[in-house]
Amino acid sequence: MGKSTFMGGIHPYEGKELTMDKPTTVLLPKGELVFPMSQHIGAPAKPVVAVGDYVLVGQKIGEADGYISSNVISSVSGTVKAIEKRLVVTGKLVESIVIENDHEYKKIEGYGKERDYKKMSKQEIREAVKEAGIVGLGGAGFPTNVKLAPKDEDAIDYVIINGAECEPYLTSDYRLMIEEPEKIVGGLKIILSLFKNAKGIIAIEDNKPEAIKKFQELVSADSNIEVHIVKTKYPQGGERQLVYVTTGRKLNSKKLPADVGCVVNNVATAAAVYMAVAKSTPLTNRIVTISGDAVNNPQNFDVLIGTNFGEIVEAADGFKQQPEKIVFGGPMMGMAMYTYNISVTKTTSSLLGFLVDEAAVEESPCIRCGRCTEVCPLQLVPVQLAILGAHNDEERFVKMDGLECCGCGSCSYICPARKGLTQQILQTKNQVLANRRKAKA
Amino acid sequence: MNDLYHVTAAPHARSPITTRNIMQDVCIALIPASLFGIYNFGLRSLLVILTTILACTVTEYVYCRLMKMKVNPGDYSDVVTGLLLALNLPASIPLWMAVLGGVFAILIVKMLYGGLGQNFMNPALAARVFLIISFPAQMSNFVVEKIASPTTLDYINSGAVALDGVTGATPMAAVKAGETVNLLQLFVGNHGGTIGETSALALLIGAGYLLYRRVISLRIPLTYIVTVVVFALIFGGQGFDVNYLLGQVLGGGLILGAFYMATDYVTSPGSHKGQIIYGIFLGLLTGLFRVVGSGVEGVSYAIIIGNLVVPLIDKATRPVSFGKERAKVEK
Repeated sequence: MGKSTFMGGIHPYEGKELTMDKPTTVLLPKGELVFPMSQHIGAPAKPVVAVGDYVLVGQKIGEADGYISSNVISSVSGTVKAIEKRLVVTGKLVESIVIENDHEYKKIEGYGKERDYKKMSKQEIREAVKEAGIVGLGGAGFPTNVKLAPKDEDAIDYVIINGAECEPYLTSDYRLMIEEPEKIVGGLKIILSLFKNAKGIIAIEDNKPEAIKKFQELVSADSNIEVHIVKTKYPQGGERQLVYVTTGRKLNSKKLPADVGCVVNNVATAAAVYMAVAKSTPLTNRIVTISGDAVNNPQNFDVLIGTNFGEIVEAADGFKQQPEKIVFGGPMMGMAMYTYNISVTKTTSSLLGFLVDEAAVEESPCIRCGRCTEVCPLQLVPVQLAILGAHNDEERFVKMDGLECCGCGSCSYICPARKGLTQQILQTKNQVLANRRKAKA
Repeated sequence: MNDLYHVTAAPHARSPITTRNIMQDVCIALIPASLFGIYNFGLRSLLVILTTILACTVTEYVYCRLMKMKVNPGDYSDVVTGLLLALNLPASIPLWMAVLGGVFAILIVKMLYGGLGQNFMNPALAARVFLIISFPAQMSNFVVEKIASPTTLDYINSGAVALDGVTGATPMAAVKAGETVNLLQLFVGNHGGTIGETSALALLIGAGYLLYRRVISLRIPLTYIVTVVVFALIFGGQGFDVNYLLGQVLGGGLILGAFYMATDYVTSPGSHKGQIIYGIFLGLLTGLFRVVGSGVEGVSYAIIIGNLVVPLIDKATRPVSFGKERAKVEK
């Protein structure tokens, strides 16, 4: 069943030592807060407040529009200043609610009320998760209540908590695991109560021995929960890799974890579930890592969602000098932006500032070294897919399983000829999928 | 607009390994063998090495200029070709032939097929075989003027002699005849042959470096050498004779071919399975050429013929995508 690792993968410079031993600091916002209506996968939420309205901490300001969608919750009390398009990390302009903070943090009624999840029905638990606006906090942003409601809940054998945090530099999950492991285990227990046949697995990479020890102590009395130590390797925290390593079951791009009896949640998501269900506290904050060689004082901040990243940069004493590149998320799958004048969303785990842009290199001819094939965690042949993609040969691209690519970036990382393999493959993959949608419509 | 930064698609991290430092590593790994060649065959070896390297780099530079391509980005691949070619030549070769070999390797085998990464044969080996076919006498004169040229093409079977020590038959020929040879001498490389192939010790030191740096893996060299030994054991007609079998491994350029030329990325299969098949295939060919053929250049021919089947091996051994195994079975 359980394994310690998967085939392929890479060992990039981790950079975690910059921030991992620094306790998380709470950072309260100074300026306005911006809440994009699309911080998740699925339909954007619909604003349910108007300009001039007074809102409270924990109040729903955007409502899920459809099944795969999520609520957006205000993290401060104050006045709605504007509802307008604002820049988000993907570079798009997204409808956002802008709130002028009154710094009083008046809370909605019932905020923080203790609840016993054992006395709640499954429906009530799922409803609480949905109302709290919880989505996958590892980065994907898939609505958690949907994940917790698979077609056949008796078929779920494993609830896997993802504490791998395999992206370099990021330590927000790690700090959470060290500082508030009880919340994570609490969240796991709540999720387990939804699936009567399920066992809980907490997967942690072996470069986090302190976290492993904490969890082993915490769950020692629960025969139903085990800590699974996985090898430190990127992309160990990828859903398909993690399910395989913990259960031996294999997923392809057409399957969801639930199809093989698994529910996978990030540690931060589990903690959010605990807060929503047991403490009646919706998702209004998250831990954000600010790191990279350009940052004066790399560390983790517990910030309110909606806070401007400029305030985080300031709190970390700014940059040593103008960085060449800034990245939101990890260096492997995160997004580069031309500005950090954007707000913290549910899924932005970090801001990284780099003095040198490693990716600013010139391509040279492929020497057929085979490294891309060796590191591909899905056993694809990236260089061939990239060539087919460049030639727009969609048919053979699909036949060679190009659509399976998870975009982990390992092939581009390792390529000695500096080819943009991941970039080309993802571009062609998106093009194929877009053409299919067009053909369907 | 003072807060503008680079924007590119992920990933934003790159491994420190580049084509250039892979090629540099290969050059470094060949230093012990080159030095031993110079020690063993005299300073003329150095001259041959410099000549082929120069011929290769100049050819690539001129070709790029004439074709208005981006001029050699300094990736050292031409240096590797030149150095490998020199190590595959006898020290006594006329220099103009060495130049011809270098031009052939780069111009005909590499650049005309599209340059780096596109050649379907190892340029250095193809050039060596080209020279063997064109100038058999000079290419088999292994003994730097001191000893008369052997009469047959094959130094293994002829009588190419080391500068000091073993006289008469080469170690390989002695092995073939079932005589005892000084295995230590064979291992150290104090005998006749091309500049770089004689010293298994020097070659293995370099190979160890390449393995340590993960430039090459053991898959191709090991399967290749093991196959040669097994083939010799079964068909060699000497039974289990340690001397004979070790002679097969240490002689005839097998170590040089297996670790430095069969592992050439461009002309070997990409998948692990493919590499093992390729190694076995090379071993069978080499064994066949050595045991059945007249024994001329078993290793070189085996590898360039092997190069030709690489696309087929690649096609047959494409890895099965993760999570798609069952779909394959059901088909």
